[in-house]
Amino acid sequence: MSGASTTDAVTDAALARETKSDRTLHALIFAGLAIAVAIAPFLLYPVLVMKILCFALFALAFNLLLGYGGLLSFGHAAFFGMAGYVCAYAAKVWGLTPELAILCGTAVSALLGFVLGSLAIRRQGIYFAMITLALAQMIYFISLQAKFTGGEDGIQGVPRGKLFGLVDLSSDLALYAVTAVIFFAGFLAIYRIIHSPFGQVLRAIRDNEPRMISLGYRVGRYKLIVFVLSATIAGLAGSTKALVFQLASLTDVHWTMSGEVVLVTLVGGMGTVFGPVAGAAVIVAMETYLAQFGASVMIMQGSVFVVCVMLFREGIVGRLARLFRVSL
Amino acid sequence: MIEIFGVPLQALLGQLLLGLINGSFYAVLSLGLAIIFGLLNNINFAHGAQYMMGAFAAWMLLNYAGLGFWWALILAPLIVGLFGIILERVLISRLYRLDHLYGFLLTFGLALIIQGILQSKYGVSGLAYAIPAELTGGQRLPFMFLPNYRVFVIVASLVLCLSVWLVIEKTMLGAYLRAATENPALVAAFGVNVPLLLTLTYGGGVALAAFAGVLAAPIYSVNPNMGADVIIVVFAVVVIGGMGSILGSVVTGYALGLVEGLTKVYYPQGSATVIYVIMALVLLIKPAGLFGRTN
Repeated sequence: MSGASTTDAVTDAALARETKSDRTLHALIFAGLAIAVAIAPFLLYPVLVMKILCFALFALAFNLLLGYGGLLSFGHAAFFGMAGYVCAYAAKVWGLTPELAILCGTAVSALLGFVLGSLAIRRQGIYFAMITLALAQMIYFISLQAKFTGGEDGIQGVPRGKLFGLVDLSSDLALYAVTAVIFFAGFLAIYRIIHSPFGQVLRAIRDNEPRMISLGYRVGRYKLIVFVLSATIAGLAGSTKALVFQLASLTDVHWTMSGEVVLVTLVGGMGTVFGPVAGAAVIVAMETYLAQFGASVMIMQGSVFVVCVMLFREGIVGRLARLFRVSL
Repeated sequence: MIEIFGVPLQALLGQLLLGLINGSFYAVLSLGLAIIFGLLNNINFAHGAQYMMGAFAAWMLLNYAGLGFWWALILAPLIVGLFGIILERVLISRLYRLDHLYGFLLTFGLALIIQGILQSKYGVSGLAYAIPAELTGGQRLPFMFLPNYRVFVIVASLVLCLSVWLVIEKTMLGAYLRAATENPALVAAFGVNVPLLLTLTYGGGVALAAFAGVLAAPIYSVNPNMGADVIIVVFAVVVIGGMGSILGSVVTGYALGLVEGLTKVYYPQGSATVIYVIMALVLLIKPAGLFGRTN
């Protein structure tokens, strides 16, 4: 595969030039999203909405890498899960306050992103996906064997603690507010990255890597930076999830979790700003609903993958964007 | 008793034999993966699931049709290969003109479906499959006990790899294959039916995986998870070897199995991760892979 790893869906969404009215539309959607997040805990079970927010942030981080950097990582669970472990350990064993615990998890994830990213960007295309998957599997085995992760049991009963040592987060609503703030902070950071000059260069590399090399850009450096950024935000999501569920376990470092974030992004729309959020809502809702009937999550996820790849490659938001001729 | 670096020779040889067995499966699987990739430009994520299907086909043939191991060794690859051909015709072939990542995601989804269906029907505890009567027992060598079936697996996989290599390098069909790998449009212009070639290649690669699955059934229990566990290791093997050369991927498969076996003896905690560590080192030193070509 050449450096020009564009896909029809991704290109459609991205090449539609963003106009000023698009920016206004984005601001409106952000406002609408904020209102929806504000009223959601009174209509739905708060923990469910927090789960959606964590997955949405995770998928946003993944989409930054795939949709804008053109790099398919099949090992993002390593960052999500490892950050969760570190955050849970810091909160439970070291007794750190939640914001510091989350910071620890996120920092470790960034570091891990730097190490794994430096290795993975040495190959391109489909090799990149295989390498990230294999490296994440290594992290999984390390998590399984290391002492601090608690092996098969994971880290259970993680205290939610007091924010800044002041605000008690044991109530779901208090934690919900914190999760919502983290979600929006992460989302806005990603939005800013995408629309910065750095984001422009990134998209250009995705669309035509040899050309960018010939123009004198240090392509490897850009790829590594976006990889680290993506890993950091994925770690932020994983740390938050560990506090919400008061649990860090092997599930979050397993390859199925890496697959799940790909699925969420695919369903929502790769390379769209709002797609991962829509995808997270749909997939988490679908899994929660189907779990009541004891249906196999694996068969469900596999079927959604096949249907999306064959018939619905642009995803929900990608389709909407094309329908209304806007960039979303 | 003879010891090598503090480890009894018997234990060392036992683990090396196990490593060679694992290596046989890595070799056959990465061979199939490399052949499919060479022509279809598509990483077949369902390769592990198809290996697992081979083991399940053997188990089903025995329990539902009363056909034993030797029948399974012929029939299971045919059945699973046919299944692969149908997949290629109905689904995978529609994605050739798109980015390769879609083929990767499609086959990942297929792997999930296959694994999920067998899991909900047969659970995850694994089903026993007996060693064929002709191959039970073993040879008592002066320094170790050599189970017959394990020797058979190593010989069978070696013969298989060698014959695949011969077919690709020395026959007319193999020449078409190699030509189509280099330049499919030109080969099609010479009147070769390239789509048919792609379909048969995919079917052949899948049949190889199923054959390995049948061989694996008596050694490991027949388990819906067996494919997912092995495929990620095989990806690492393929990254290490590079998919440019058939013999390269085979040699890398056996070598890494041996390395894994050695690690089990000297540093057991590291045996699950050693292949990934080697992959990281190879990426640092020779990013294209040991036998890879940079392009």
